[in-house]
Amino acid sequence: MLPILQIGPLALQTPGLMYLLGLWFGLSLAEKFAPKRGISADALYNLVFTGLIAGILGARLGYVIQYPDAFLASPLSLVSLNPGLLDPFSGFAAALLAALVYGARKKLEVWNTLDALTPFFGVFMIGAALANAASGAAFGMETSLPWGIALWGAKRHPTQFYELAGAILILLTLGRLSKQDSRPVGTLFLAFLALTAGARLFFEAFRGDSTLILGEIRAAQVIAWLVLAGALWG
Amino acid sequence: MTGGGIPAPQAGFLAPDFTLNTLDGETVTLSDLRGQVILLNIWASWCPPCRAEMPAMQRVWEEYQARGVVVLAVNSTVQDTPADAQAFVTENGLTFPIPLDTSGEVTRLYRVSSLPTSFFIGADGVIREVVIGGPMAEALLRSRVEQLIKEMR
Repeated sequence: MLPILQIGPLALQTPGLMYLLGLWFGLSLAEKFAPKRGISADALYNLVFTGLIAGILGARLGYVIQYPDAFLASPLSLVSLNPGLLDPFSGFAAALLAALVYGARKKLEVWNTLDALTPFFGVFMIGAALANAASGAAFGMETSLPWGIALWGAKRHPTQFYELAGAILILLTLGRLSKQDSRPVGTLFLAFLALTAGARLFFEAFRGDSTLILGEIRAAQVIAWLVLAGALWG
Repeated sequence: MTGGGIPAPQAGFLAPDFTLNTLDGETVTLSDLRGQVILLNIWASWCPPCRAEMPAMQRVWEEYQARGVVVLAVNSTVQDTPADAQAFVTENGLTFPIPLDTSGEVTRLYRVSSLPTSFFIGADGVIREVVIGGPMAEALLRSRVEQLIKEMR
């Protein structure tokens, strides 16, 4: 809805900026609480950046493997800054792998580290919702409700703001939960997963752009159910 | 499950229709090109990233034209001049059609807030992707066009 922020001659891509802010604030918040869990702020920072860099390299590599001819015809594209030349799944896999290797080397305990990273994930989800609000992506179904917003040729559910409110509530809930020290390690991260999956399950129903599988089922809701079940079981 | 028949300048929606005269004096109507893959690029001659991505668009057009790909580089003439557009086209030997948006109708219709802005449109007339800003890498053009040709079969 505001894809470009024009400051004089400078045109900033608002969605990208929101992701960056989410990353930055999220990491700062996680660094603040990490020492309480016996993890140094530096270790956490390095972990996230190792994952991030591996993620970007992996995402580009994954894309090149899918379209080798396009890159053979224009090898310079290998180092292009276009985010469109990244494969999200490969990037996620590479980031996870790099973080696991880094964590193992530094002898970071997995569940404790995930708990320490939870504020980062929580803030990042807020950044992602703001990015969608800026670009108008992840838009809602048509509605006649009074709070519907005019977007893409119809009055629609403001799903981006539902998701923003959800992400803020989840972060606040996690903040309260983290004050209770008696809980077993991993609880905070699993709570984040369960709450985020639950919120997605609910808000996905108002989306106008869902991927449907088997005719009528929204793919994201199936995944959210699985994550929710896994988190509650954990 | 998206906008389907609603025209809007967003992925998943029908590409808003327009008719414009080109630099060569011909008339182009977007909906007449249904059945072909379209790269709709909106540009101006004074915009450095627009200029930077044009040679790659020319190479892709030369290579994929025969396979049902159309490159439409709409000059946002409302903020440019036909003479400057022509000079740039000649200088770079561009051969795809350059519709002139003299009134700014298309620039507004496609809510172009930053130049260049590009739209990848499938053979069904539905926008698949919007790329704001540039320059787009040649591999991006090639891989997206390949993907859309594959969908067409």
